[in-house]
Amino acid sequence: MLSEQARQAIRIQMERYPDSRSALGQALYIAQDECGGWVPPEAVRDVAEQLGLEPADVQSTMSFYTMYHKTPVGKYIVEICHNIACAVNGSPALFQVMEEECHIHPGETSGDGLFTLKGVECLAGCGGACTLQLNGMYHFQVTPERLREILARCRAENGSASLYSATYVPERTGQG
Amino acid sequence: MPEVKILTRFTSAEAYPEQYRIERALENGYYEMARQAVTEMAPDDIIEMVKGSGLRGRGGAGAPCGMKWGFMPKAPTETRPNYLICNADESEPGTYSNREILENDPHQLIDGMIIAAFALRVRRMFIYCRGEFVLGADRVAGAIEEAYRKGFLGKNIFGTSFSTDLILHRGAGAYICGEETALMDSLEGKRGHPRSKPPFPANAGLYGMPTTINNVETLCNVPHLIRHGVEWFRAMGTEKSTGTKVLSVSGHVKRPRNYEIVMGTPIQELVYDLAGGIREDRELKAVIPGGSSMPMLPKDLALKTNLDFESLQQAGSALGSGGFMAFDETTDIVQVCEVIARFYKNESCGKCVPCRIGTDWVHKTIYRIVRGQGRMEDIELLRGICVNLAGERMMDSRSFCPLGDAAAWPIIWGGLKHFQHEFEYWIRHKKSPVGREVGVPAL
Repeated sequence: MLSEQARQAIRIQMERYPDSRSALGQALYIAQDECGGWVPPEAVRDVAEQLGLEPADVQSTMSFYTMYHKTPVGKYIVEICHNIACAVNGSPALFQVMEEECHIHPGETSGDGLFTLKGVECLAGCGGACTLQLNGMYHFQVTPERLREILARCRAENGSASLYSATYVPERTGQG
Repeated sequence: MPEVKILTRFTSAEAYPEQYRIERALENGYYEMARQAVTEMAPDDIIEMVKGSGLRGRGGAGAPCGMKWGFMPKAPTETRPNYLICNADESEPGTYSNREILENDPHQLIDGMIIAAFALRVRRMFIYCRGEFVLGADRVAGAIEEAYRKGFLGKNIFGTSFSTDLILHRGAGAYICGEETALMDSLEGKRGHPRSKPPFPANAGLYGMPTTINNVETLCNVPHLIRHGVEWFRAMGTEKSTGTKVLSVSGHVKRPRNYEIVMGTPIQELVYDLAGGIREDRELKAVIPGGSSMPMLPKDLALKTNLDFESLQQAGSALGSGGFMAFDETTDIVQVCEVIARFYKNESCGKCVPCRIGTDWVHKTIYRIVRGQGRMEDIELLRGICVNLAGERMMDSRSFCPLGDAAAWPIIWGGLKHFQHEFEYWIRHKKSPVGREVGVPAL
């Protein structure tokens, strides 16, 4: 399932560490990027094979972390912080906007396949509350009006131009 | 005491939009101290300086950095190398100072890490960067590559026999991985479960090898300490809390952002002088001084307290990670507690029973209260659950790792200790004392 290019990227990651298992996290990001934002069971098998692990072992590790998606996601992943600093600055209203505009609750994907909403813990953007990430890119001081604008812009570009993928792996590996 | 600009001198993206590039960093004198340390100093002299400075870990626990460094083996071998990990998994709610450094000023961190690696005889170091920090990871990766190209990392650094590599590792979304032993498991490609201590990381850490883990801010202090000396460092702050601390201010203040202050600065000055006071000139109600794990302090107590390890401990809270949140008079403390409880319930790793079950019950009980279904005995029930999670007193832990404490403290030593009357009001009137209705998701 994974392309030769993805396998090569995983190989590079494996060589960076004293123990190749450490590359599992990066390998899952690579698989997720290639598979449209989630990691299907076939990709889990491929990653496991390449790292010399059991698929169940890979699945078990993957299921621990929130940034690997186990089911298909929309083109835009909207991650709204529901932690304290954002909550006291009005983030509950942002979830209402998502319900009104896209008819989705946290964990759901809109019917048109464009948006996946996640209610996430503190994104370390408290100074700019309310904070959200759209495909990994920060938006600060988000009000209901601004969120509506962001959603409209996404609809207009229809997934064609986003700065970062939510699962973005830096190309530069940072080792000599 | 005014704001100081030592670690935060170049971290503002608005004022220094290209500080993440090595050209800017070099113009500002970065890597001079790494060069001086590697070419002119002895490793043990650096460790002695860090010990003498009284520098304490900035990530939350406040452990003396020099002591940690002193535990590392002096003569590592090929088969038993020393490792250094920078903990950049900044996830404590309310804290965003590390992210600013990673995104806007990553060379300051690398400068500090080179010095630390030299002092600790480390040939391979790691930055464990929080997964959500997409831009931060990109900037750090770029900075590492630039540093390699200049010969500051890799083989024969600064023309000496010292060689060290730096590997960037991205997390994938798990608060517990900020706990040092869980972080090491995660870096090894496993679920991020904490390990028992002892053995301590300096004995058996990453891959079972001697390891030092320091927070981003702690490591960023090192070049400044080398440049200006121990006396300069100790002259700032109090006897047991030396140097500066970057506080991430958020909540209901007029000017929320990161403020670097000298340890011991009064909360009063931070809130009213630096951060501009409370929005719409309302009354302050309470503050959380050090991230959501640390108990909140009501206004009167907060305004008598200074921002250093001892003062905050005296007041019944802690400096923690420096995530400082201020709440105005319209804030519903019980709903804030509900958000905190939900967070720890979601983030408990599930390894030990007190935490896995306890965090869920803390949340269930508070949730019931804010849905208007609370019973008066729920208050004692809540206390009981917290005691089973974290003991009768602070630092009397009953969970496997500090996450259990972090879940219990803000409730039992914060919300219930100072605002029990608000819990009682909710239970009696099925609504909030600040006029919020049942089920209205607003704070």
